Amino acid sequence: MFGNDSQRPAKENSVSTNETVSPSAAALSAAGDSATGPRSPKGAGPARVKIKSRPADRIFFGLSFGSASLIVVILAAVAIFLIIKAAPAITANWKSDASLAEGPTAGYADFWSYVLPLVWGTLWASAIALLIGAPIAIGIALFISHYAPRRVAGVLGYLVDLLAAVPSIVFGLWGIIVIRPLLLPLSDWLNQNLGWIPIFGGQVSTVGSTVLAGSVVLAVMILPIISSISREIFLQTPRLNEEAALALGATKWEMIRLAVLPYARSGVVSATLLGLGRALGETMAIALIISPSIIFSLRILTEGENSQTIAANIALNFQIADGLQRQALIGTGLMLFVISLGVNLIARFIVVRTGPTATRKGKRRPPEGVTIPAASTAVEATALGKAGNSHTEGARA
Amino acid sequence: MTATSGSRLGRPQGPITNTLTTGQLPRLVELYVLVGSLVVVGGILLLMGFNWGGWIFLSIVLYLVSLGVLSTIAENRRKATDRVVRSLVIVAFLLAIAPLVSTLVTVTAKGIGQLNWAFISTTGGAVFNPDTLAVTISTGALQAIVGTLEITGIAALMSVPIGILTAIYLVEYAQSGQWMARTVTFLVDVMTGIPSIVAGLFAFSLFTLVVGPKAFSGFSASVALSVLMIPIVVRSCEEMLRLVPHDLREASFALGVSRFSTITKIVLPTAIAGIITGVMIAIARVIGETAPIFMAASFTDNFNANPFNGPMQTLPVLAYTGYKFPGQDIAASNASAWGAALLLVLIVVILNIIARIVAKTFAPKGAR
Repeated sequence: MFGNDSQRPAKENSVSTNETVSPSAAALSAAGDSATGPRSPKGAGPARVKIKSRPADRIFFGLSFGSASLIVVILAAVAIFLIIKAAPAITANWKSDASLAEGPTAGYADFWSYVLPLVWGTLWASAIALLIGAPIAIGIALFISHYAPRRVAGVLGYLVDLLAAVPSIVFGLWGIIVIRPLLLPLSDWLNQNLGWIPIFGGQVSTVGSTVLAGSVVLAVMILPIISSISREIFLQTPRLNEEAALALGATKWEMIRLAVLPYARSGVVSATLLGLGRALGETMAIALIISPSIIFSLRILTEGENSQTIAANIALNFQIADGLQRQALIGTGLMLFVISLGVNLIARFIVVRTGPTATRKGKRRPPEGVTIPAASTAVEATALGKAGNSHTEGARA
Repeated sequence: MTATSGSRLGRPQGPITNTLTTGQLPRLVELYVLVGSLVVVGGILLLMGFNWGGWIFLSIVLYLVSLGVLSTIAENRRKATDRVVRSLVIVAFLLAIAPLVSTLVTVTAKGIGQLNWAFISTTGGAVFNPDTLAVTISTGALQAIVGTLEITGIAALMSVPIGILTAIYLVEYAQSGQWMARTVTFLVDVMTGIPSIVAGLFAFSLFTLVVGPKAFSGFSASVALSVLMIPIVVRSCEEMLRLVPHDLREASFALGVSRFSTITKIVLPTAIAGIITGVMIAIARVIGETAPIFMAASFTDNFNANPFNGPMQTLPVLAYTGYKFPGQDIAASNASAWGAALLLVLIVVILNIIARIVAKTFAPKGAR
């Protein structure tokens, strides 16, 4: 950041040397400094001006800095405590250990043979949820950003966001009594007609406690996340691009395909990954709906061949497990933590690589292939200037 | 649509056929096709065995196909695609609204019979009558209501100050590009992605290591919820603080006001509506969390108002255990599960409504 040099003399800790400088003089000197370097006029944080430092100031700075540091501490603590608790179970000899030989962990050679089917089940259920949910969510986002009448778009968006507010346990109960019976005819039909595909094979469940039902509920739960992020990005598409497409005679869909989707691609991908992150960690809906077994299974319509997910497995067994068994469950939780961390990091990475700022509220640099027409208005000019300069998070202000 | 049809020159005037407007389906064609599909599919299904889900699903499929074919024949491929996509997008939206409505209706229908004063004001559980040797299950949610309010309240007390102060650090103190600011921003992102059950396991691990085994307590659950709540509060507060116009801060600095006073007297009051909204939504988000509370506070039928000792019952956990581990009287357990779920939804809806009202009422002019 080139502005740093000009800002350094005005920093907080150098103030005490120069208590008597009047604010206006300080402002002047700051202005003089900034003339030497190309300091962005909007600035990143608040303007750095020499001001009197009082005890309250320093205490308040300490408090806010301390809180920020606490975030680092908490996250480190999450990882450390999980590792401390899980380590004995991960390294234990599962064959000879008496505690691990019974209860939920009975019959496994080692930790990995216990956790890998669970990892598979987690990924499998989430993948199906994503397959169902992501297209719908993107459709919703398009509807609200480009199809719905302007006046009601806000309300409709709020309605979809309300989905995020419904507690997951309520979705779980709803899934049991609404989704399970609703999917039964579909399950039967898929099994009879497409049963040769491994996914739909096997003995169809008669009550409907299947991976399919669980994934449908998961899909409902990730809808609001994906759609709200995608919506924001769709709305950020430069108007000139859209109008240019329409002016060339494109239909609405062609306009969206040519102008909106290329612009929003990376954002939509990362929104989808964030939705995946949510689906991976979802516990209660799965625990309530799926009747599980810890196996590698592709089948999504059966009674006893549903792959269990990590989170639901913990929820179902945690209270009845004890000692080392519980630590083994914490070990699986650690795996879940690592997986969802990975998914989230990939999502952020995609955002950072393809656009300079995060998906929220940021002014985004248009991806390659979309060129913004020459700035014709003052507003566009500032927007372009910002997009060009904002290589840092803070410039979103 | 208006832009494209507007670019075609005018409407046919008089008897001369205007080639530019040929191949236009009537304005309400979507409606006609939809009604037609519903009737046709409904008729076929009535003969074969009726089923609501199948009716709606097959009608939509028939509608999309026939609209596409019709438009391809009468208009052209491009317009057909456009019409089909428009319908698909609307269907997607309805597919999102349907579960929302269905959930709310189901919860209300199942829970409303349970929701009365006795349910709210008594502690549920099994009562053994020594004379008749009968065990009667009474439904009650008092212990769960108290537990939910205490656990969420403590979590809010811990995470709101931390969240707001962190947001203040990020917006008001940190220079952009500074490693600390970047690290914290990044870690808040990471924290947002922590699965809720992992937060519960963390709290359990922490308290078993510090307090010892059998460390289930309401406070432990509050810690778990804080881990989930802090990033939400930081995110929303950060956004709200960034919306405060720069001119306000600069005017304050120019008058010689210290940074502390500027933040507390200028920045925070300007952003307060947004901050309260954000906090409300964060509370609504964590109040429904089941898994972390289930891990950290376990569950109980006993009334326990002390968050620092012993398992505590909460509404979401009551809803879960009532369904998954019903007592002897399964119907009563399920009923109390639905009652708890409805109470929870009511609390969440009320919190959201308050957040909306606060945002509407106190929003500073020009800040949005």
